[in-house]
Amino acid sequence: MSYVPLTPLDLTLAALLLVANAAISFAFRLKLEKSIAIAVVRMLVQLALISIVLKFIFAQTSPLWTAMLGLVMVIAAGIEVMSRQQRPVGGWYAFGLQTATLFFIGMVVTGLGVGVIIEPNPWYAPRYILPILGMVLSNTLTGMCLVLDTLTETINRERTAIEARLALGAPRFEALENPLRVAMRTGMIPILNAMATTGIVALPGMMTGQILAGVAPVEAAKYQVLIMFLIAGATALGAVCAGVGAIILLTDDRHRLRLDRIRSKT
Amino acid sequence: MTFEVAAGECLAIEGPSGSGKSRLLRAIADLDPAPGQVFLDGEERNEVPATHWRTNVRYCAAEPGWWTETAAPVFKAMVGTDTPRLNRLLSALGLGPELLDRPLALVSTGERQRLALARALIDEPKVLLFDEPTSALDPQATALVEELIKYQKLAGRTVLLVTHDHAQVERLSDARLVLAKRRPTNANAEHAA
Repeated sequence: MSYVPLTPLDLTLAALLLVANAAISFAFRLKLEKSIAIAVVRMLVQLALISIVLKFIFAQTSPLWTAMLGLVMVIAAGIEVMSRQQRPVGGWYAFGLQTATLFFIGMVVTGLGVGVIIEPNPWYAPRYILPILGMVLSNTLTGMCLVLDTLTETINRERTAIEARLALGAPRFEALENPLRVAMRTGMIPILNAMATTGIVALPGMMTGQILAGVAPVEAAKYQVLIMFLIAGATALGAVCAGVGAIILLTDDRHRLRLDRIRSKT
Repeated sequence: MTFEVAAGECLAIEGPSGSGKSRLLRAIADLDPAPGQVFLDGEERNEVPATHWRTNVRYCAAEPGWWTETAAPVFKAMVGTDTPRLNRLLSALGLGPELLDRPLALVSTGERQRLALARALIDEPKVLLFDEPTSALDPQATALVEELIKYQKLAGRTVLLVTHDHAQVERLSDARLVLAKRRPTNANAEHAA
């Protein structure tokens, strides 16, 4: 069984549903009309561009082109981590640290998934590497943002308790163990919840896509399980790196709390 | 500004709100980056590991924070099984040992402040930096804390005391340092180096 290709008319019909979004925004004075328009245009342009780029890269099947697009994805994810945070920690140094973390996690986890487990031929097949890298990066960055936002918020809220511990002579990681624990739990819980509800509440996007493209449900489920394991591992690594890195940035070598290093977006 | 305080002495730091009294204490405890030098027994602050420095130079904040549900685990980590010493200290502050197991959220502000004082004193640091230690206390509890501060002086500990209570300054201090909003002035000539 093969998939049913979509025509521009099909997409136009689906786009009519956005009228409902606009009508709700107008009726409830949500003032989201502009945001809806921007989001739709961004999505169309981004997906059109990436489909052209992917078509080109799939045709090349070159390790260099695959690596280049992978690097662009990592940098975009690094920028996204900075821009999504309510109160970003540090400046360019933090951006470099977060992008390096994403690069490391993307390499290790995607390398394990594609190079060791799936073993496509050739090993650098962009059809496998790029979608998996994308899923790993997007979930890792979401986890990292949750960790960073929760950490800065908890540190601000518990500042007097943290400083009381520092004043008693505790080193920085001991003084900040509570905020770190809270932040890492917050960062890892969404993927655990997603694993627990996958297949009952919703079919994940990738599995749905494979089924629509004609893959047998059991085969699609196997890929989904693999992806879930990769994402869970990547998110845990991202949570640790983001949490530990942020604590190093938010303290100094004299074990002092440095909240002056948190930037306000307002 | 340069000053020195001998072992067994109490220097009271006075001045209007915003004049930098707490900032000065925090800088001495190395809790904030600050220029200048602080010496304890001939060793400069930056030559000593920060955790070791704060074990000897103890800052006790005006609004002390807690990170556990009750105070018991904090004291257990600090004194282990030496509960008689802890109970003596609590008793000197007018507190009973049963308070340690009560949720801190249900403990009164004054009791929490006295528990924080016990926490600051239990491992006998050499220098005590008290930031308004009796601000939440009634006269009876204030008298107990003042007695304890006098005892710390007799035991050879150096005390720096930030307070707005002039009578307390008279009762406890050997010297005064008055901070103005713009420019600090040293009220006691013998403590200007």
